Amino acid sequence: MINESMKKIGSYRTMGLTGKTKTKVKLFLWISPFLMLTFVFYYLPLFGWSFAFVDYIPGVPLLKQEFVGMKYFEIIFSGGNDFFEVIRNTLALSFLGVAVAPIPVIFAIALTEIRIPILSRFIQTVASIPNFISWILVYAVFFALFSSGDGLINKVLLDTHLIRKPLEPLISDTYAWYIQLLIGLWKGTGWGAIIYIAAIVGIDQELYNAAKVDGAGRFRKIWHITIPGIVPTFFVLLLLSISNILSNGFEQYYVFQNPMNIGKLEVFDTYIYRMGIANAEYSFSTAMGIFKSVISIALLLFANFLSRVVRKESII
Amino acid sequence: MEKIKNALFQIVNTGMLLLFSLSCIYPFYYIIINSMSNPVEIANGVYFFPKDITWAAYQQLSHIPNLYHSVFVSVARTIVGTVLTVLSCAFVGYLVTKKLMPCRKWIYRFIIFTMFFNSGLIPWYMVMKELHLKNNFLLYVLPTMISAFFIILIKTYIESLPTSLEESAEVDGADTFTIFAKIIFPLSMPIVACIAVFTAVNQWNSWADNLYLVSDSRLDTLQLLLYRNLQSNMASVLQSSSNSNAAASLSSSVQVTATSIKHAMTVITVLPILVVYPLMQKYFVKGIMLGAVKG
Repeated sequence: MINESMKKIGSYRTMGLTGKTKTKVKLFLWISPFLMLTFVFYYLPLFGWSFAFVDYIPGVPLLKQEFVGMKYFEIIFSGGNDFFEVIRNTLALSFLGVAVAPIPVIFAIALTEIRIPILSRFIQTVASIPNFISWILVYAVFFALFSSGDGLINKVLLDTHLIRKPLEPLISDTYAWYIQLLIGLWKGTGWGAIIYIAAIVGIDQELYNAAKVDGAGRFRKIWHITIPGIVPTFFVLLLLSISNILSNGFEQYYVFQNPMNIGKLEVFDTYIYRMGIANAEYSFSTAMGIFKSVISIALLLFANFLSRVVRKESII
Repeated sequence: MEKIKNALFQIVNTGMLLLFSLSCIYPFYYIIINSMSNPVEIANGVYFFPKDITWAAYQQLSHIPNLYHSVFVSVARTIVGTVLTVLSCAFVGYLVTKKLMPCRKWIYRFIIFTMFFNSGLIPWYMVMKELHLKNNFLLYVLPTMISAFFIILIKTYIESLPTSLEESAEVDGADTFTIFAKIIFPLSMPIVACIAVFTAVNQWNSWADNLYLVSDSRLDTLQLLLYRNLQSNMASVLQSSSNSNAAASLSSSVQVTATSIKHAMTVITVLPILVVYPLMQKYFVKGIMLGAVKG
């Protein structure tokens, strides 16, 4: 009797996959197409970094390309091309962006000081609309406002004789950086404030009550309670933007570029596009892309290190 | 004295914020009213209400080559892209929560890691080319199917659902996909809605992939067509053709300027956003809150 049942158990084991293994295999089968997609669109391009080390000619298989080592990296840094001007523009615009990082904070604090809920909700909704339109639409809006022909602002100022010649901010070379800064603020402040508003709402109300009892006025409360409550969030966002210092974003600068202001507005991302796709300088452009990725990762690790040192917490 | 200082602060503060808000909404209003006003009046200045309403500019839009195509392309990529992205991110987010998934930790890291590096434009371009995705509608909707950020959001949400639901379904013999489709996905609607609105707006606004990879103008999105319109003198070509049409047609003696055509095109491109965002705002805010907490 016992031998019979032992045989049965033995035969189940030899019958093949147990239930658990079958489930594991099925699960893996379900997820593998998506893992393939992830590999193809995110990891496979990394093999393209090899283009930077050969004189890439399209159509020729990779192994038959002529290996040139660091030639393109040397070309980048040797000058005689626009690389340094492009880096100057990129860093200038990034630093300006960091310099105005407090503005969404101020906006958020000002918004929470409004006592009429309908008004503050209205302002929050309307102010964040520009964040959700494409940069092409932003360009369309600023074109309608500032075109020297019949832009709204120029029309009004000329008609009221406040100026005699039309303003031409969109083709200005001298003020290009500041104009892009203002445009960026117009687009980003409303939505950028939302995170800070969430942080402010999360501050313990008791602190405010206690401060009021102690006789603190509005600005003292803001300075001693609200701002310290926001500083952690602000710091994290600041460090993250440091790691993105070489990536201003292709779209904004591409749409606002024109022959007049391109000396100031050609940033790294647009330069990589122009050299790589428009001019088909594949190896040169790939080398610049590698440079950008490596620096960005290094900056991210550095920002993470800073965060650990100063705040005893990592970002990633 | 306190009351006066308080009132003054409120007035100044509210005033400045309202002024900023006005700057965010008035330009759109200006463009809308100018797109439907007679250009003669526009020269005098249309600032508050449309004057001498005419739809001529919109009628001229139909003469822009590829306009209907580009609207179709933009709508198609928004719908198809959103559906594909939402479904695939939700399913992957669910699969990653299954304890029995082999190498679960490594799979999760494999996906998350994609948020931290960027292979660069040219390598990505080459991959798309090799996959025959140049001049192919799929290039608009395939790459966005896997978004680590959305997958994290969904995974976190699903993990907060009670496990008894899944367990009882498994006992009843339901397989993985059925459980996902009939139980998990419907329950995840709050977070799915957030992801859907973000994806939809992104798809409607996308044009860079169009620029990089498409030379066939039948695949152009509305955004890129608008940009080319704004830049070129295409509009003045239309203007002269519209004048000759006007001469031939019975009723219209209305001229259409290049600018009012630009305005009309801007309106049709921006209107979906202006309508959708205020209605859906709570989904956007919720999405970013969850993302910020998790991130």
